[in-house]
Amino acid sequence: MAKNIRIIPRLDIKGPNLVKGIHLEGLRVLGNPEKFARFYYENGADELIYIDVVASLYNRNSLHDIISKAAREIFIPLTVGGGLRTIDDIKEVLRCGADKVSINTAAIKNPGLIKEAALKFGSSTIVVTIEAIKSGDGRYYAYTDNGREHTGVEVLEWAKKAEELGAGEILLTSVDREGTGSGYDIQLVKMVSQAVAIPVIASGGPGKPEDIVDVIKEGRADAVAAASILHYGYVVSDEFSIEKHGEGNLEFIKNRKTFGLIKPSSLGEIKSALTCSSIMCRQCVAAKGGAA
Amino acid sequence: MAKVAIIDYEMGNLFSVERACEHAGLDYFVTSDKKALLACDAAILPGVGAFCDAMASLNKFDLVSPIREFIASGKPFVGICLGMQLLMSESEEFGAHEGIGIFKGGVKKFTTLKNGNYKVPQVGWNSIYPPEGANGLWHGGNSPLKNISPGEYMYFVHSFCCVPDDKAIIHTLTKYEDVEYCSSVSACNVFACQYHPEKSGARGLEIYRQWANIINAGGQNE
Repeated sequence: MAKNIRIIPRLDIKGPNLVKGIHLEGLRVLGNPEKFARFYYENGADELIYIDVVASLYNRNSLHDIISKAAREIFIPLTVGGGLRTIDDIKEVLRCGADKVSINTAAIKNPGLIKEAALKFGSSTIVVTIEAIKSGDGRYYAYTDNGREHTGVEVLEWAKKAEELGAGEILLTSVDREGTGSGYDIQLVKMVSQAVAIPVIASGGPGKPEDIVDVIKEGRADAVAAASILHYGYVVSDEFSIEKHGEGNLEFIKNRKTFGLIKPSSLGEIKSALTCSSIMCRQCVAAKGGAA
Repeated sequence: MAKVAIIDYEMGNLFSVERACEHAGLDYFVTSDKKALLACDAAILPGVGAFCDAMASLNKFDLVSPIREFIASGKPFVGICLGMQLLMSESEEFGAHEGIGIFKGGVKKFTTLKNGNYKVPQVGWNSIYPPEGANGLWHGGNSPLKNISPGEYMYFVHSFCCVPDDKAIIHTLTKYEDVEYCSSVSACNVFACQYHPEKSGARGLEIYRQWANIINAGGQNE
């Protein structure tokens, strides 16, 4: 027996826009996050993750409107992160309709926050994000502020500590692979997933459905987050229409050009690839107006 | 229109339960007050967290007897996730604890049901299906699962599950890794599920809608 693996679109948010970078940098505007979220919900997403990618740098940025709106029409678990520093910050996001929160920077600065939050809101509500970068000596270290700040904390040690403090899940991002399409860092995911008893969500790097199969089979991921591969898949689909997006780098959205390594894919294509490899996942018939 | 109480005893976020009720067109309100609860036509007991904390919290608000009284009155009652577990007579979560005791039976950790090398909690989607030889169970009575197909996926987050003594109340089974367990119960006016219909997309909302039909018809589950 096995379990059903979750496929989770990850929506990086900057201001009002869905953005995507490479190594968490060089953000390009992709469009209105609401539209993407709805599309994924209707097409079989198992959960959604929203990360406010600049909140840690420029203090809090309001993701609340986006979440409040999403929570009214999207009835799958929503995880929200980025710039959450205190119990009150977490409470506010949950009140907007998030089901889980992800914390990174604040947790590394004050690990006690994990314990406090887990006691107050339940472990299943607290996801600890680990942004990992492989160093020259082959070890993985945790970074904060979207891979910018070195903490000197080793990933494996930190993952075990986070579990011990009451984290319900770990969102494990390889900053090295993030946005590149070169595949997940299987070594990293396997190392962490085998060391903890809580679910590990692999993030960063998938360029094609086979990469997702690999990180589940070889990396033992319990769930996978995916961004570029799905976002580009939606942008190049017939259902996507370009609207006004305001400021930001709009080059990508105008040209609809993807990176060589990324093969735009749909949730359906990814789940079919999983099924073909005997990986269990929730089968979902695309439902137009899913909430209706 | 029937009034529905969502019982707030400070165990978890009620946001999604409220949104699902809204979606199903239910006239709901959130309360911790026993008088307000008893005055309602139907009630939902949600909840995430630890069993013993939840019982302590229900006791703090003096809600245990009122919940028993409410259920005994025959009004429709729904338990979700921890709200299902609390209806059992006892739990082994971090020591033995007494539950509300609507159903005889225990709440046990996955790993004590079958030892295996798998992750607990179960977080994610899983199938619900009727017990063997009970294929018509969801359609025969007035089940909230009337329009749900056997095998449908629902969203779960839990480390413990209910083991009712009376197998006849088992409404759905689910299998996680190598453990098959009871994922919902139904008896008279009570329906309770381990999964979160409010987090289970369009099919989960269908359970709320069907439940709303039952409540607004003033009827019972079976």
